[in-house]
Amino acid sequence: MPESSELPSRLSVSLHQPGPIPLDADFHCEAGELLALVGPSGSGKTTLLRAIAGLYRPVSGRIDCGGEAWFDAGERLSLSPQRRRVGLVFQDYALFPHLTALGNVMVALDPLPPRERREQAIAWLARVRLEGLADRHPGQLSGGQRQRVALARALARSPRVLLLDEPFSAVDQVTRRRLQRELAMLREQIRIPIVLVTHDLDEAAALADRLCVLHGGRSLQAGPPEALFRRPASPEVARVLDRHNLFEGEVVEQNGEPRLAWGPWRLEVAQGLEALSLGDRLSWYLPPSDVVLHRRGRPSQGERENPVRARVDTLVVLGGVTAVTLAFEHTERTLSFEIATHAARRNDLARGESVQVSLLAAGIHLMPAQDLPDDARTTR
Amino acid sequence: MDWTALSVSLRLAAFTCLLLLPVGLWLGRTLATTRFRGKPLCEALVALPLVMPPTVLGFYLMQSFGVETPVGSLWQRLFGTGLNFTFSGILLASLVANLPFAVQPIQRAFETVPANLREAAWCSGLSPWQTFLRIELPLVWPGIISALALTFAHTLGEFGVILMVGGAIDGETRTLAIAIYDRVQAFDEAGAGIMSAMLLLVSFLTIGVVYGLAGRRRWRRA
Repeated sequence: MPESSELPSRLSVSLHQPGPIPLDADFHCEAGELLALVGPSGSGKTTLLRAIAGLYRPVSGRIDCGGEAWFDAGERLSLSPQRRRVGLVFQDYALFPHLTALGNVMVALDPLPPRERREQAIAWLARVRLEGLADRHPGQLSGGQRQRVALARALARSPRVLLLDEPFSAVDQVTRRRLQRELAMLREQIRIPIVLVTHDLDEAAALADRLCVLHGGRSLQAGPPEALFRRPASPEVARVLDRHNLFEGEVVEQNGEPRLAWGPWRLEVAQGLEALSLGDRLSWYLPPSDVVLHRRGRPSQGERENPVRARVDTLVVLGGVTAVTLAFEHTERTLSFEIATHAARRNDLARGESVQVSLLAAGIHLMPAQDLPDDARTTR
Repeated sequence: MDWTALSVSLRLAAFTCLLLLPVGLWLGRTLATTRFRGKPLCEALVALPLVMPPTVLGFYLMQSFGVETPVGSLWQRLFGTGLNFTFSGILLASLVANLPFAVQPIQRAFETVPANLREAAWCSGLSPWQTFLRIELPLVWPGIISALALTFAHTLGEFGVILMVGGAIDGETRTLAIAIYDRVQAFDEAGAGIMSAMLLLVSFLTIGVVYGLAGRRRWRRA
C-alpha cells in the first residue's frame, strides 16, 4: 500500500479570466477535506477541475498545493499534469480500453520496478474491492467496476490531490449509493484534499465537508452544506442550491421594534434586522423546515410566531411526505414545505383551502436585495 | 514470368510503405487531434490523388520532375540525376499518389481515440511520448495496418502514374502492372495471365494479413 510520505497539503485556487470561459473563482481545500464544487451545467466546475489538473491553462490566477505553486500566470509558471501529481477520475472514467484493469492501474505506477508495480496494482484493486477482476478489460466490466478501476488508477500514484469529475453520474442509483458509501470510507484513509465536481446537490450534501457554489464561473459562497442550505449568502446562491422560499421585503418599525414587512404582515426576525436601516429593501429566505402548519380548530406550538394566512396551491403526495405549496394574495411567489402525509390528511388539506402557517422567526434568513426572476427558476 | 518487374514492384511498394508510414502517422494524428485554420484545405489536398485520374496526376508529376523545374533541378543538384524515367522518380510519384491511402485510415483511427485518454495518461504520469507509444499507438494499430495494406496493394497495382513518370524501363521503372500491359500488347496472354495471377495472390495475401492482424484485438470484444 503506498503511504504518502509528504506532509498534508492544502490546495488553494484563485483563477480569474474574462473569457473564453469566464472564471472568477477563489476556493481552497484542506488535506483530508472533501470540497464539492456545485453549480448548474456551464458554471465552470469541470473547467476549474481541469485547471487544477493542468489540463486547462487559464489566463490569470494562481494554484498552490502544499506551498508549491502549480500555476502562476504572473510568473508564467504552469507545471505539467505529470509533475502536479493529481489523481483524476474522469466522468466517463477514461480507462485505457486495450489494457486490463491491472494494466490500467499499473500505468500509474510506472516509475516503480515491474515486480513492485504489479504487487501494488493488485493491492489497489483489492482496496477498491476488485479482486479477481484484474485480467478483465474495461469492456468486460460493469459501470461501477469501471469507476473503481478509475479510482484505483487515480489513487495508485499517491496523488497530492484527488479530483473527481461527476464520478457517479454514469451508474445506476443502487451502484451510485454503494460507490458513494465506499468513497466516504476510503476518505478516512487518504489525507489529501479531495475536490468533487457534481451537479447533484444531494450527493454534494451527503459527501462533502464543504460546498463551493459556482455560477457562470464565479465562486459565490463556500461553507458546510447545512450552513449554505439554511443561510445562502445571496438569492443567487439560494437559486443555485435549488432553494424555493425566496421573497422580498422591507425593514419597518412596529411598536419600536424593527420588523420585516412582507405584504400585509410584519414579521419578527430572530437575527439580522437590527443591523439594517428602516426602509431598506431586502431578499429573504425561509427553509421549508421552518414553516409550521397550524392545526385546524386547535392551537399548536409556535402559533403566535409570524402567523400568515394562505391558500393551498398544490399538494403532491410523495409516499410518506406531502409537498405543499401555498399561494398568497400579495405576491406571485409561493411558499413550499413538506408535512407528513397523515398530517395532511388529518388537516383535510386540499387545493384552494385557506390555511394558516407560522414562519419561524429563527429560520428567516435575510439577504441583500436582488432582482429575482418572476418565476422560481430551477437550476439543474 | 517477369521476375525483374515483380522485384521492381515489390521494392517500390516496400519503400512507399516505409516512407509514408511516418508521414501518415504525423499527418493523420495532426489532422485528427488539432484544429487549425486551413485544415479543410489540407484534408482536401491529401485526398486529391484519390479523385484525380492517374494519368492526369502522372502528367503533372512528370511536368514537375523536369530538370528545369524547382523539384527536378533540386534533385539534379542533390543526386546528379533526373527524376523522370528513374526508380527514384516513380517512388516519389508513388508517395504522392498514395498519400490519401496512408493518411486517411490513420486519421480515422486517431479520431476514435477519445481526447481524455491522452489526458488520463498524462495525469497517470506518462510523458506525451510515452502516451503516444503505450496508449495511442496500440489503439490506432488497426488503422496503421490498413493504411500499410492499402498503400502496399495500391502501389502494386498503380499503372497510369508510373507509366507517365517512369515509362517502362526494364529493371528500373517497369513494374508488374506495366509488364502485364506490355505482354498483352505483344499478344502474350499466357505471360500476362501468370503475372496477373501473381498480383492477385499478393493482393489476397496482403488483405489476409490485414484481417489477421486487425482481428487480434481481444479487448474490443466487450
